[in-house]
Amino acid sequence: MLNIKNLEATIDNKHILKGLNLNIKPGEVHAIMGPNGSGKSTLANVLSGKNGYEIKGDIKYNGESLSELSTEERAQKGIFLAFQYPLEIPGVNTNTFLRTSLNSVRKAQGDKELDTLTFLKLIKEKASELGIDEKFLSRQLNVGFSGGEKKKNEILQMKLLQPKLSILDETDSGLDIDALKIVADGVNSYKSKENAFLIITHYQRLLDYIKPDYVHVLSNGKIIKTGDADLGVQLEKTGYSNIV
Amino acid sequence: MKPEDLKNNKDYKYGFTTDVENVRSPKGLSEETIRFISNIKKEPKWMLEWRLKAFNRLKVLKEPDWQKPKYPKIDYQNLYYYSAPKSASEKPKSLDEIDPKILETYKKLGIPLVEQKRLNGIAVDAVFDSVSVATTFKDELTKKGIIFCSISEAIQKHPDLVKKYLGSVIPLSDHYFATLNSAVFTDGSFVYIPPNTKCPMELSTYFRINASETGQFERTLIIADKGSYVSYLEGCTAPMRDENQLHAANVELVALDDAEIKYSTVQNWYPGDEKGVGGIYNFVTKRGACRGKNSKISWTQVETGSAITWKYPSCILQGDNSVGEFYSIAITNNFQKADTGTKMIHLGKNTKSKIISKGISAGNADNMYRGLVEIKNKAINSRNYTQCDSLLMSNKCGAHTIPYIKNNNATSTIEHEATTTKINEEQLYYCNQRGLDQEEAVSLIVNGFCKEVLQQLPMEFAVEAQKLVAISLEGSVG
Repeated sequence: MLNIKNLEATIDNKHILKGLNLNIKPGEVHAIMGPNGSGKSTLANVLSGKNGYEIKGDIKYNGESLSELSTEERAQKGIFLAFQYPLEIPGVNTNTFLRTSLNSVRKAQGDKELDTLTFLKLIKEKASELGIDEKFLSRQLNVGFSGGEKKKNEILQMKLLQPKLSILDETDSGLDIDALKIVADGVNSYKSKENAFLIITHYQRLLDYIKPDYVHVLSNGKIIKTGDADLGVQLEKTGYSNIV
Repeated sequence: MKPEDLKNNKDYKYGFTTDVENVRSPKGLSEETIRFISNIKKEPKWMLEWRLKAFNRLKVLKEPDWQKPKYPKIDYQNLYYYSAPKSASEKPKSLDEIDPKILETYKKLGIPLVEQKRLNGIAVDAVFDSVSVATTFKDELTKKGIIFCSISEAIQKHPDLVKKYLGSVIPLSDHYFATLNSAVFTDGSFVYIPPNTKCPMELSTYFRINASETGQFERTLIIADKGSYVSYLEGCTAPMRDENQLHAANVELVALDDAEIKYSTVQNWYPGDEKGVGGIYNFVTKRGACRGKNSKISWTQVETGSAITWKYPSCILQGDNSVGEFYSIAITNNFQKADTGTKMIHLGKNTKSKIISKGISAGNADNMYRGLVEIKNKAINSRNYTQCDSLLMSNKCGAHTIPYIKNNNATSTIEHEATTTKINEEQLYYCNQRGLDQEEAVSLIVNGFCKEVLQQLPMEFAVEAQKLVAISLEGSVG
């Protein structure tokens, strides 16, 4: 599904990714761990097509080169990024945003847009799966949401848009243990043979709930070690200093 | 600009011209012109005298020049002050008598005047250049004692009301453009709501400038008698031309005891092309008097058109406990300029005013909020709340806020909040990541920014206004 070869990324004259290689197949869960400043969020931004990066190397997504695609085209083709810091958009109702988003993706994929009633039925269903109160959907997007509510909202959007590749950028940061479980349950219930996950995190604790197939250690812009789920457990005990 | 260029300019879909034969006044501003207008409208003598008094006053007034958007000197002798389709020289008695070309024009503008296709629950007065060509739903309104007609008709049929209230809010000698309007005004709407009557439908006037080299001098007067309520909406469009055309309107509102007037404007005059050639000069005086106790006047404006918008819809809060509100969205793109805001003059006790202004500036445009809140010494326990937000879409546009605040008593409070922000790249990225393209993302974010004002509009127009906001800003992020 995703093939990254020798990826380099530079922003504001800072060389951040320095030759990163990664292959993800459908059905797989990959975790990327690493110390602060190693380039984890940059990887997420580059994959989703954020402006401002100078890119070298090659990223293929389902055989297609990503470099030609805009941020929205990538999203429409099934790449989803759960933001580390979801943005507040004052005056925009959460429901309106979710419906506009879903219909943009559906339109691009050649599906019929959903009318308001069908959408409301769908979103209520998805929200209740995540234990999200309906009232939450009529509030302004992320405005005044707690950290946990914002992250749950990201997972709700993921479940609504049904992406093929979901990138979770430190979704576990700032979550209490109950919210962490809800987020993990959301991911686990969406996992299937067709879709894949790239989970960016500092800590093992999220991986206690979402079992990764691969754990990669990112340091100084490169993946320096790859292992199975046990690598994450080991890192939690010994820290990065032993391998970095 | 050549006609074929105009055809290529698809951004402004109301830019077409209707080819009708016109009756025009002599060119230029003179006593002869004023007598011509008064005569063609078969006005009573008192009206002509009123106009001439204004004209004499105008001779000693100077055109103001303190505003931020400057413009080349207007040659008042090179303008026509009256232009009307020949077919409308006698106001048509029924829709069958209206020139089909004019009916077609309003149809194209989305304002059907033909009986069966009328907008549901909205009565429309259609003003084409200098004359009102049709007013719908008149009979139904008459049953309730509501008068909704052109000001020309009101001068003939309801002279007592007109004499009593015309110029009572905007005095004849108020300022240059208001006085000019008093001398040469041509048409506009007249509304009278009798005591304890709630007007059962939205009243609406649609202004269309069609003829070239013509100024439009609209005059509207709305009176809400004791305990009554009315919601009124005006819309405006004009053909695309490379000359600047002047629209200098006077709008007067009077609310008596316990009455409420809600006045909404969706202004989409031709804004000029992307280089700043052509467009309407929208120099308008709008003022409402909350004359009675517990009365309320609420102005809502969505200003997206015109080369220059220069207006301050105001409230004079005379009655005790009266309330004035001003909700505004002003969007300027390309080389458009706006200097707009409001005046809230508190005279009565316990009076309240609220100002919510959203200025959006794109391209090379310049957007100014200018407003006065004045609480006089007898207006004890009065309050004002003002919020002015500016949103910048490009690196070349400007936003300015000039609030004038005068509080003359210690029991009253004035609050002013202001913000200026550039459209947030991170918000756009977030929307893009959710599959929205740039135009959709901008439309969503800007409509969110304007929400408090948009939700003040009557339901039927809120959706249209949202679309207009999006269209006005297409391709503007940079």
